[in-house]
Amino acid sequence: MEELIRKANEQALNNLQKARPTLIGMGVAKDMIPGMDKKTILHAGPPIKWENMSGPLKGAVIGGLIYEGLASNEDEATKLAASGEIKFDSCHHHDAVGPMAGVTTYSMPVWIVKNETFGNYAYCTLNEGLGKVLRYGAFNEEVITRLKWMENVLYPVLKAALELHGPLDLKSMIAQVVQMGDEGHNRNKAGTSLFIREFAPHIVLTEFSNEDKADVLKFMHSNDHFFLNLTMPSAKCTLDPVGNIPYSTIVYAMARNGTEFGIRVSGLGDQWFTAPAEVIDGLFFPGFTLEDANPDIGDSVITETSGLGGFAMATAPAIVQFVGGTPQDAINYTTMMYEITEEENDAYKMPSMNFRGTPTGIDIRKVIETQILPIINTGIAHKDPGVGQVGAGLVRPPMKCFEDALEAFVDKMTSEGIIK
Amino acid sequence: MNRIDRLFSQDLKVINMGLESFSKDLKNQEVPVVQMDWRPRAGGNAKLGALLDKLKSNK
Repeated sequence: MEELIRKANEQALNNLQKARPTLIGMGVAKDMIPGMDKKTILHAGPPIKWENMSGPLKGAVIGGLIYEGLASNEDEATKLAASGEIKFDSCHHHDAVGPMAGVTTYSMPVWIVKNETFGNYAYCTLNEGLGKVLRYGAFNEEVITRLKWMENVLYPVLKAALELHGPLDLKSMIAQVVQMGDEGHNRNKAGTSLFIREFAPHIVLTEFSNEDKADVLKFMHSNDHFFLNLTMPSAKCTLDPVGNIPYSTIVYAMARNGTEFGIRVSGLGDQWFTAPAEVIDGLFFPGFTLEDANPDIGDSVITETSGLGGFAMATAPAIVQFVGGTPQDAINYTTMMYEITEEENDAYKMPSMNFRGTPTGIDIRKVIETQILPIINTGIAHKDPGVGQVGAGLVRPPMKCFEDALEAFVDKMTSEGIIK
Repeated sequence: MNRIDRLFSQDLKVINMGLESFSKDLKNQEVPVVQMDWRPRAGGNAKLGALLDKLKSNK
């Protein structure tokens, strides 16, 4: 059994390390994302019913329905969401990922990222910035107006610029940002800056008005997290070929919907192992406390699953000002993650760790054996819809996800007659 | 001098595993000590330990 697992995990890590996530274009969710229709709403995390959704996810669904013109106000949207007419599903089930609430609807523009090694795709919406935004459950007029601007100005300008530029090797760009002080989850300053540097000349050459082009550049410049929505689909399309390898104990997805945390394990197929999401004890913005915090939410933990985010914190000492702790804590977190991972990342090397690769490939056996849980850095959403981000901090998945997965793995091996 | 007496007449090099209070007692007496971050396998949970053992078996 041990040899079967060793070989399967070797294959899983080989697939992970050989991935070549590449930004190849932009499109609209209805045309690109498999299984999308006008009444489908994708969300972050494992599947969840409307009645079990937390405040920020409900808020984002309400905003999504208003944005799509399926409802004209909160009451109408709430009734429609509860009517059973809307199909809710996980982004992960549709080759997609979304930060925080992760709500993705029919008309939203998306990045198209292709894993050139395996030919699979991942999609992600464009980052809206901070403040009142849909992904934190805000749905007022300001939010909808911005989403419409993103659809009608930001998207066509960037799409045209990308066509002039050609495909962008995201693995190489993420490898660079990891050496520039980003860990790829909550610090995206270097990534956003590099992206602007790469695309600004092509934006200038598009045939849109100077005002629109300047607005697009200003929008990206004003939002340090702009690059997050590229790192996420990059991690997603890197990890999908890690899934569904018989006998592998490697985690190929972690995600939260604001109510539950879920993980998927390669040798256990598409099944989610879920448990109630934790509340994050972090640094709160002035006027907010732990009492205001929603439980952990978002698909952005796909970055940690791929060896970035909390796993790469040693390379991003400045992030502790955002999530709490000291630079030494950041080094300690990264060091600890080597205890539960299979390999060091071939591409993502950290100068502060003597250019050691980031800890990559979580093995459920190691998590159970050491009782060390993955470390995740994350934004904190207000528990009520429409308020937005109230802080940031560190969180871990519930141990129950890993315990249940290990038990299911042993059951499966027993039923297949591989172990007694 | 027998070996055990020799040990106690030397400077001690102490690594403490497990309960941290043991290392704190030594620190209070100004004895250098390294506290190892250690916990029992699977946190001492016998059921989880047995599951891990099954995956190490050859049948």
